[in-house]
Amino acid sequence: MWDWNYAFEVLPDIASALWVTISATLVGFVLALVVGLIWTLLIRSNNKIISNVADGIVKFIRNTPLLVQLYFIFYVFPQFGLSLEPFTAGVIGLGLHYSTYLSEVYRSGIESVGPGQWEVATALNFDTRKTWTRIILPQAIPPVLPVIGNYFITMFKETPLLSAITLVEILQTAQNIGASTFRYTEPLTIVGVLFLLLSYPASVALRQLEIRVTERY
Amino acid sequence: MSFWELIVSLLGQGLVITLLTTVLAAILALVLGFIGGLMRLSKNKFIRFIVAIYVEVFRGTSLLVQLFWIYFVLPMFGLRMSALTAAVLAIGLNYGAYTSEVVRSGIQSVDEGQTEASIALNFTRVQRMRRIIIPQAFIMMLPNLGNQLIELFKSTSLVALITLTDLTYQANVLNATTLQTTQIFTALLVIYFVIAWPMTKGMKMLERKMTEGRM
Repeated sequence: MWDWNYAFEVLPDIASALWVTISATLVGFVLALVVGLIWTLLIRSNNKIISNVADGIVKFIRNTPLLVQLYFIFYVFPQFGLSLEPFTAGVIGLGLHYSTYLSEVYRSGIESVGPGQWEVATALNFDTRKTWTRIILPQAIPPVLPVIGNYFITMFKETPLLSAITLVEILQTAQNIGASTFRYTEPLTIVGVLFLLLSYPASVALRQLEIRVTERY
Repeated sequence: MSFWELIVSLLGQGLVITLLTTVLAAILALVLGFIGGLMRLSKNKFIRFIVAIYVEVFRGTSLLVQLFWIYFVLPMFGLRMSALTAAVLAIGLNYGAYTSEVVRSGIQSVDEGQTEASIALNFTRVQRMRRIIIPQAFIMMLPNLGNQLIELFKSTSLVALITLTDLTYQANVLNATTLQTTQIFTALLVIYFVIAWPMTKGMKMLERKMTEGRM
């Protein structure tokens, strides 16, 4: 049923593919952080057209599955001359999908900043840029840090989807090993255990952060 | 095929499986979530521990990994099942873990005074939960449960990867035969959106209806 020798034999291969998983998560997350903020600012724009279009795009991305978006980026973009590597396509899909979630998080953070802060910025003659970078964002972001961290962990757990667009990350590596030896038990279990070993401590650490944040704000 | 023919063809072949998986998995998740959430509040340490393991394992590993594990590994232990059963089981168990946390926090958010009042009124524990605590907790859970339903619906697209013939699977088949890649995947995105968007709106409306005059 369970062969320890075989498990230890395949472990190094699977563990080395972990780097692909982790780097996809990191790059995707940075993309999501940046694009998410752009969505939030566009939606808050005074220009009704910009705000509505951005809102529409965000709603569309949020209400369709990540897997289908990945297929779209990987198979449809080349039709328009934009062929992407699986890693690039995967990171764009992951980042874009979660940017819509993060935009919602930013929004709630910004709305929790009192109206007085905006008035103060005006009174002190801060321009728009300075108001955002010096007054609003420094107060809006820290309270929502635990939520942002949660999305990081969620994204990490979504990376196996990238195997569907032929990226050889940890699940695909396990699948390949399974296909060549007809033994799926050990490789797939190892993948599950690796995910648990990485995401559980992260979520525990995040809960600590959450406690500290709620104490402060 | 024209864009509309593609949409009709996709809907005809995959919609039933996608919706069936969504409904069955959502029911399983809700049932598991309530059982898990209530057990998490038990006085018995052992029961709480069991549920904690279930929740952490299913939240800590990826849904796709769980899906593959149930479909490819369980048969090695003699548990062979259809793709639909595996899909419903994996998605139900995964979302059940998240739902149990929603249920737990919903019940905990009901004011202590409600429990005290029902004890004072000589309600039994079951009566207290069923008549007083859960009806109030349920309203608090609704926004979260609604979000999860949408997430669950979107996640059913993963079942295509274990060869269950849902919308996404049929799109891939259609793509291989017609090569109308752009139209097919655009149609697929539109179909998912057209189902998920009213679901989002519907849950918001339900939320408003349920909270009317209560909060």
